[in-house]
Amino acid sequence: MTLPDGLTRRALLMKLGIFFNGLIALALAVPIVRYLLSPIAREKKGAYDAWVALGSLEQFPSGETRLATYRNPVVNPWDGDTADIACWVRNVDGQNFQVFAINCAHLGCPVRWFPQSSLFMCPCHGGVYYQDGSRASGPPERGLFQYHYKIDGGKLLIKTGEMPTPGQASNLVREIRPCV
Amino acid sequence: MRLIKTVGDWLDARLQVGAVIQETAEHSVPRETASWFYVFGSAAFVVFLLQIVTGIMLALIYVPSAGEAWNSLQTLNHQVALGWFIRALHGWGSDFMVAIVLIHMVQVFLFGAYKYPRELTWIVGVFLLLVTLGMAFTGQVLRFDQDAYWGLGIGASIASRVPVMGPPIVNLMLGGPIIAGATLSRFFALHVFVIPGLLIALVAVHLLMVIKLGINEWPMPGRVVRKATYIKDYHALTKKDGIPFVPGAVYKDLFFGGVILLSVAACAIYFGPFGPSGPPDPTIIQTAPRPDFFFLWLYAVLSLLPPSMETPALLIGPVVVILGLLFLPFLFGEGEKSWRRRPVAVLTILLVAVAMGTFTRLAAFAPWSPVMDAWSGIPIPSEFLNHRTALERQGALVFQLKQCHNCHSLDKQGGKRGPTLDAVAVRLTQDQLIRQVIQGGGNMPAYGKNLSPAQTTALVAFLETLHPAGQAPARDAARAIAQGPDTGPGSGHP
Repeated sequence: MTLPDGLTRRALLMKLGIFFNGLIALALAVPIVRYLLSPIAREKKGAYDAWVALGSLEQFPSGETRLATYRNPVVNPWDGDTADIACWVRNVDGQNFQVFAINCAHLGCPVRWFPQSSLFMCPCHGGVYYQDGSRASGPPERGLFQYHYKIDGGKLLIKTGEMPTPGQASNLVREIRPCV
Repeated sequence: MRLIKTVGDWLDARLQVGAVIQETAEHSVPRETASWFYVFGSAAFVVFLLQIVTGIMLALIYVPSAGEAWNSLQTLNHQVALGWFIRALHGWGSDFMVAIVLIHMVQVFLFGAYKYPRELTWIVGVFLLLVTLGMAFTGQVLRFDQDAYWGLGIGASIASRVPVMGPPIVNLMLGGPIIAGATLSRFFALHVFVIPGLLIALVAVHLLMVIKLGINEWPMPGRVVRKATYIKDYHALTKKDGIPFVPGAVYKDLFFGGVILLSVAACAIYFGPFGPSGPPDPTIIQTAPRPDFFFLWLYAVLSLLPPSMETPALLIGPVVVILGLLFLPFLFGEGEKSWRRRPVAVLTILLVAVAMGTFTRLAAFAPWSPVMDAWSGIPIPSEFLNHRTALERQGALVFQLKQCHNCHSLDKQGGKRGPTLDAVAVRLTQDQLIRQVIQGGGNMPAYGKNLSPAQTTALVAFLETLHPAGQAPARDAARAIAQGPDTGPGSGHP
C-alpha cells in the first residue's frame, strides 16, 4: 500500500519504530544522567558541609600551630583512611583561632608547618606561607584555605566536608589580601 | 594435519571468514615499507594485548575499595605467587606502551603518513594517544598509594580552575566532596571498562583504515602528494613494486614485537613492580608526592610557570595542542612527505623532544621543591665553620634552625629553591644581606617577624663569611668613605 505522498506503509512503520525507540532512550537517559550527576546535585543542597569537632581547646596551646585530624562528615564505610583529613590549627592569642586546610592553595599537596621559622612549606612545587596563612613565596596565587570555626562546650569545631580547591573556596573563610 | 584441515574447513563453511582473512593478510604493500621503521604500530598493539592479559590477572586479586586497595597490592606483591611479576609486567607494559605510541606518532609524522587520504587514520591516532595517556593516569590512581592520593588532589585542583564549571567538575571527578571510596570506584570503572572499550574500538577503526587505505609508502623527496592523483599512483606503486604483507613484511613486526615483550619482561624482573608507596592516609603529611615518569614533565611545567600564567596555560594549552594535532592533516594534507624536504617538521620534533626531555630531567632533581629535612638532616660543611668567630658559628646555627637550608644549598647540599649561598657575600653587601633576610623578596619569605635582632646579626655575620678564599666580599663604597681611612675592608688605597 502506498500513501498519497509516496510513503510506503513499511517505511512509515520503520520511522515510527525509530521514533518509539528514541522516546524510550530519552526516558531512560533522564534517570541515567541524574544518577551520573548525583555528586553535583548533592553539593548544591549544601549537604557536604557540617560542623566537625577537632578536639578540646587544651590540645591547641596559645601561640602555637598544631596538626589536627578529623573524620570527614560525608563518609562511606569503605572509604578507609581516606576519610581522615588533617588540618592546621593556629591558636593566635588564646581567644582567636585560624584553621588552615592541609592542601596547598596551588595544587593541593599537603603543606608542613615549621615552627622554628614560622612558615608553612609545600613539598611539591615549593609554595611557602607565613604563620597567618598568607602567601610568602612560590607558585600559589593566594594564601592557605581557612575553615570557619566556632568554640562550643570547650571544643573547637570547624565547618568542613569538602576538599578545598582553588576554584572551590566559597564555603571557606574569605581571604583577606594585604594592601599593596 | 588432515584433522586440522577438516576442522578448519568445517568452521569456515559456517563462519565464512577464511577468504577475507587470507585476502587481508596477503594484500599488496609497497616493497620499501617492509622496514624496521614500520614496526611501532604493531608493537604498540602487542603491548596492549599484554596489558589486557596482565590487567585481567591483576583484577583477580585487586580490590577497588579505598579501604582495601593498598592492602590488596601488598598481598599481590608479597603473598600471591608471582603477583609481584604480574604487577611489574603491567606497570612496565604501561610505560612501554606510552613510549611506543609516542615513537609511532613521531615516525608517522616525519614520514608524512597523516597526509591525504589518511587524515582520519591520524585523527583516530591522536585520540588513541589521549586514551593511552588516560589509561596511564587512571592506572596510576588504581595503585592507590600516597602518590595516587595527592596526584588526584593535583588533578582536582587543576580541574577546579575551569571558569564557572570548575567546582562541579571536581565533584564529578571525585564522585563526592573528597578523595575517597567513590573516587577510586569511578577511576576503576574508567580504567577497566570505559577507556579500554574506547581503546579497542579506536584500534579497530585505526587498523581497518590502515588495511583499506594501504600502508603509507616510503616517502621519497620529490614524490609529492596531490589529492587528484595520489590514490591512482599508490595503486600503481603497489602493483608494480608490491609484496604481500604476509609473509613479506610481517616477519619484522613479529620479531620487533617479540623483542619488546622480552624487554618488558626483563624490566619487570630486574626492576620489579612500581610501589605502592605509603598508604593513602591523608593524615600522613610527611610525603613528597611525585607523578609517574610520563607526567614528570608536567610536574616541572607546573612548578616553573609564573603564577599568573598558570591557569591560562593549564586550561588553554592542552586545547591548543590537541586542536593543532587534529587539524594538522587538513592544514598540510598535500605536498612533500619526505622529512628531508620538511625542515620545520623535523625542527618541531626536535624542539618538543628537547623540551620534554629537559623538563623530565629537571623533575628528577625538582630544584623548585624545598628539601624538607635539610635543616635537620644535612649539616653545614665543616669548611664553612673552621676558623670562624663564635658569632659567625652562632649564625650558622640560626641558618639551620630557621630552615634556610631547606631552600638554599651550601657546597651543593640542601635545597635549590633559592640561590646557592656558597659565595653570597660576593654578591650582597652587609646592608643588602640584612634587608634581604628581614624583608624577603624575589620569591623569598620575609623573616623580619621571626628573627630577633641578635639572631639577624649572627646570621648575617655568618653569611658574610661565605665567599671564595681569594675573593673579597662585596662592600658598600660609600660606607667605606664615610667611615674614613684605615677602617674596614677596602681601606689602604695608596
